[in-house]
Amino acid sequence: MHTSLAVGATAIMAGTLLSACGSSSSGTPTLNLYAYPEQNRPAIVQRCNQQAHGQYTIKLNILPRTADQQREQLVRRLAAGDHGMDILGLDVTWTAELAKAGWIREWTGANKQQAQNDALPAPLSTATIDGKLYAATNNTNVQLLWYRSDLVPKAPKTYNEMIAEATRLKQAGKPHYVGVTGAQYEGLVVWFNSVLAAAGGSILNKAGTKVELGAPAVTALETMHKFATSAAADPSLSNTMEDQARLAVEGGTAAMEINWPYVYASMATDKPDMLKHFKWAAIPGITGAGRATIGGENYAVSRYSDHPDQAFKAALCLRSPANQKFAAIKDGVPPTIESLYHDNTGLDASKPVDAKTNPSMATAYPMRDTILAEIKNAVARPVTATYQNVSTVTSATLSPPASINPTPTEQTLRAQIADALQSKGVLP
Amino acid sequence: MTSEERASSRENLQQPGRLGEGTVATAGPTAVQKPKVSEGRRSERKLAWMLCAPAAVVMVVVTIYPIVYSILLSFQRYDLRFPNQKAWIGLANYGAVLTNSFWWHAFAVTMIITVVSVAIELVLGMALALVMHRTLIGRGTIRTLALIPYGIVTVVAAFSWQYAWTPGTGYLAQLLPAGSAPLTQQAQAIAIIILAEIWKTTPFMALLLMAGLAIVPDELQKAAAMDGASTWQRFTRVTLPLMKPAILVALLFRVLDAVRVYDNIYILTNGANGTSSLSIITYHNLIGGLNLGIGSTMSVLMFITVVIIAAIFIKGFGTAAPGSDNQGRR
Repeated sequence: MHTSLAVGATAIMAGTLLSACGSSSSGTPTLNLYAYPEQNRPAIVQRCNQQAHGQYTIKLNILPRTADQQREQLVRRLAAGDHGMDILGLDVTWTAELAKAGWIREWTGANKQQAQNDALPAPLSTATIDGKLYAATNNTNVQLLWYRSDLVPKAPKTYNEMIAEATRLKQAGKPHYVGVTGAQYEGLVVWFNSVLAAAGGSILNKAGTKVELGAPAVTALETMHKFATSAAADPSLSNTMEDQARLAVEGGTAAMEINWPYVYASMATDKPDMLKHFKWAAIPGITGAGRATIGGENYAVSRYSDHPDQAFKAALCLRSPANQKFAAIKDGVPPTIESLYHDNTGLDASKPVDAKTNPSMATAYPMRDTILAEIKNAVARPVTATYQNVSTVTSATLSPPASINPTPTEQTLRAQIADALQSKGVLP
Repeated sequence: MTSEERASSRENLQQPGRLGEGTVATAGPTAVQKPKVSEGRRSERKLAWMLCAPAAVVMVVVTIYPIVYSILLSFQRYDLRFPNQKAWIGLANYGAVLTNSFWWHAFAVTMIITVVSVAIELVLGMALALVMHRTLIGRGTIRTLALIPYGIVTVVAAFSWQYAWTPGTGYLAQLLPAGSAPLTQQAQAIAIIILAEIWKTTPFMALLLMAGLAIVPDELQKAAAMDGASTWQRFTRVTLPLMKPAILVALLFRVLDAVRVYDNIYILTNGANGTSSLSIITYHNLIGGLNLGIGSTMSVLMFITVVIIAAIFIKGFGTAAPGSDNQGRR
């Protein structure tokens, strides 16, 4: 009696499970897209589903809000060989990790060609591991120097000029802080990576196998330390993330900030009166031009996907020029396709451009030329399977920036990163 | 299974073991004194064993495997991102963890949280227990109200604390000088974590202590009062000594819980700015870093820490300790 009941229950359960999984294999395959929340992504998914004409249906699954939680969910499921994920929206820094672990598929043939077509080289380099392509770039990002032209007449080109400007403002009794991402998190690594690139160095070698640092790193650390102990540094520098830097300028305590382009739209909403004095320039360097660190998102196809062919096609649709333009104008994420930066047509190309009803790249992105110039000169963060470890120990070692002691800090950093590369070290 | 679940399942395993020891120890001398155990007693004892067996077997099956597996993992280099480099490396993981400053920092943070939060909880919990014990009207209502914080899901409560202390969204952050973000400063963040822990678990402490208060006979109190003992003297000389076993149980439970503190920190800071506890650093290495070797090593070390604390409680506090021989005879 009990046995037959149990068998019956098992059969019913199995039946439910089978029917739940089976529905996709019969007709149109359902492709599960996992990506971070972005306001107009559902609209793009819908457009692609219409264009697919029954070849596939993309189902959008939204990942948690914070980057760490997004990555955790993805890697945990990939490590378990989960077949329920097809297309993955990856932060540029995770692409190498997932590729080296063998969890995402290489792009080849016509798909590869299409993904590389007209793609800006710097974002593309984040998806290229050991000469092979593992993802299609969807959007990119670079920090710019934002400044109040009523306080700072001419944008500083180097850190020394920037510090001198802050000192002058302080003596004049005016807002003088410069917001940078100095808190102990990924933003500190971005800051260090940029300053290090401006000093002509890098954290790792090109193959991502060895620590580089050395003399350029000492110069970079000297620059960061000098900044952190100057009139330019906000007292809460060691707790400043993007948003605190933005609020410091909007709130009137900071005269400048090094931040992502979203601060422009935010200023337009929060403090419209300040917008006419809110200007942008390329980020400062040490002796010459600065070099920005690339951010953004890539689309990859999971190794455990049951429908890889359709998944590649769907990913290409999601990041097509038309959809990147849509996302750029609607959500403010910079595209990775170069020609879009010269595109002057409206969102609806058949109608005349109007900033309100039919915006174009030019109306939504007044700073697009500066962004493009920075992207062309930008650097990626280390491309290594253990990026998570490298980043964690880097931000832990460099925090707080005011207590950096260039030469010893470089040595500590070298030892910590060398351990992290071997995944030997302990994460905080 | 998260490290926390694993840790708690270990604790589960450990408790029946401890109680079992006590039972055997009591049974031993009895058997020696009375060599001829009656037929009825023997069959009763056999029945008791048989009734316990299924529970014991299930417990062993579901806890032994993960414990043994994580001990085995702790002797291996095993990073999920490099499945090909899996190898047995002896005690190297233990060397790496025990010489690492992040680990000892987390250890210190955990101990600070444990000592401070449990000490305050004990005082507040005792006060609350006395109030609840003495209340004449609306007893049930007051007890229910006092238990509300303990009934709220920790993660939900932690989120409400997090929003409350975040500038811009929080009513508590607004009370502070402008520009201060307490959750981004180490000392302040740890203080907030301790506050959240106290708010959450004081009712639990109070409940356990109230059970202890109930066993203090009223006649003793009256007799002491008759002899001229003041209220304070009656509390320290009569109530506390008689409650000692209940206090120790409450302290043991809370200390073991506090050593494994996880959910509040995960939501409030996730270990940023040097606020990692042992559970958080283990989680970061195991799940974030995908390093099964190092993560399991940390789990095992945490397990050992918990065992040592439990042993100190049981051995160090003598006969009044929970699980000791005397308890059953009191």
